[in-house]
Amino acid sequence: MAKYLMLKHYRMSEQYMDYTPMDQWRPDEVDAHVAYMNAFADRLKDSGEFVDSQALSPEGTFVRSGGPGKPPVTDGPFPETKDLIAGWMVIDVENYDRALELAGELSAAPGKGGEPINEWLELRPFLDHAPSVDE
Amino acid sequence: MIDPDPLAEAELRELVPAVIGILVSRGADFATAEDAVQDALIEALRSWPSDPPRDRRGWLVTVAWRKFLDIVRSEGSRMKREERVLAATLAEPETSAEPGTDGVPNVDDTLDLYILCAHPDLSPASAVALTLRAVGGLTTKQIAAAYMVPEPTMAQRISRAKSTIAGSRLNRPGDLSAVLTTLYLVFNEGHSGEVDLVAEAIRLTRGLRAMIDSAEVDGLLALMLLHHARRDARFGPDGRLIALADQDRTLWDRRLIIEGIEILQAALGRDELGQYQAQAAIAALHADAQTVEDTDWVQIVQWYDELLALRDTPIVRLNRAVAVGEADGPAAGLAELRGLDESLPRYFAVEAHLRERAGESQQAAELYARAAERAGNLAERDHLNRQAARARSGQGHRP
Repeated sequence: MAKYLMLKHYRMSEQYMDYTPMDQWRPDEVDAHVAYMNAFADRLKDSGEFVDSQALSPEGTFVRSGGPGKPPVTDGPFPETKDLIAGWMVIDVENYDRALELAGELSAAPGKGGEPINEWLELRPFLDHAPSVDE
Repeated sequence: MIDPDPLAEAELRELVPAVIGILVSRGADFATAEDAVQDALIEALRSWPSDPPRDRRGWLVTVAWRKFLDIVRSEGSRMKREERVLAATLAEPETSAEPGTDGVPNVDDTLDLYILCAHPDLSPASAVALTLRAVGGLTTKQIAAAYMVPEPTMAQRISRAKSTIAGSRLNRPGDLSAVLTTLYLVFNEGHSGEVDLVAEAIRLTRGLRAMIDSAEVDGLLALMLLHHARRDARFGPDGRLIALADQDRTLWDRRLIIEGIEILQAALGRDELGQYQAQAAIAALHADAQTVEDTDWVQIVQWYDELLALRDTPIVRLNRAVAVGEADGPAAGLAELRGLDESLPRYFAVEAHLRERAGESQQAAELYARAAERAGNLAERDHLNRQAARARSGQGHRP
């Protein structure tokens, strides 16, 4: 089994954003989208592949050190052009093909007009901490 | 939770498969029996530290049986008529549940349990989870922590595993190699969290070996012992990976090495060679060398040839290429790589090592860096980045 992270974005660079963004949907369309994602997570819990799921606020700030003895410096709100992560799901699956399959399924969540948005999700394998025993 | 009394918890775990066997011999189905014993185990972990029973096995059998009946009764409304009849039969007065009156648990039952939990219809991960619970006597929580998934996820995985094998009974002729694969997988995951999975794999393999006469079971145990012997040398104080060639061999556990070699030699003497014996032989040759320079690479290559005859995989060929490089020189090792796919894990790490041996430091540095990008874990990635830096600086090749 291997763990993967699936990252959902509020917005990504133009070449990847080919669906109407959520801020232009009706409330019931948003609800349907969320319901789809919850049902997806429930299926993963049932199949024993669910590890974690988290949604992020679209608001936030960049932060960095202000230098020795100085308070941290912030830069916000995020510019409209920034790739913005909406949240993630962590799965533990038999193999890469299964991770792809699940990501494909999650991608087809409904959006405007109830149509699947087929959004681009980022799929990232976890790095383990220690090697398996083989030398 | 339980007192940090490792011996008591270890003894408790040993009892689990036997108690499952007893319940099944009374007519309980495996899935419900296993759930009942798990419930009893959790209660034992809770109550024994302050109130230890005199007859531990008897306590576990009595409590597990009670829990089994509870489960059966609570599912009554959903049960078919035949099952209700069975339940009523099983709910006879518990005269047979008094401590000490049950027969000695049948060794065959526990062996059957090993085999059932490695059923061919189970995915490897499911077989591992089910084996660790039913044979290993670990709690769902412990197994979940070891594999870093939420407890409900692991519980569901085990529950589904049991559905998959529902209808299979204990007492079916089974495939020992599937059991060995499962135990090897437990071993391979290494140490994670509170439960040491390597120690667990060794314990379960010893248990299997006590019940069955098989050169390959012996070979697997020998392999595990020989690997485990090196654990204290494998990581530096700062947690960094230390390659076999660089390990401080005085830190190797000599007792485990001696035991591993003894078990291996006896197994090889039976002339029933298998892949685990071959792998153990390679590990034994490393263990035998006082220093890395004393390593008998020629014999190691011969054992890789034996292993290939039993199990020809690209990974084995890749590892063999390293040995060939040591025995016959880096050019020979590199020649072995030519038939292999670059996308293999550790391919670039192996090529980097061989090129460095051949004096091509800068190419080696680039290859180490590429290997680092491909590494599946942080310890290896950091190690390979260090190798890249070292090769780039021309500090001379590592053994």
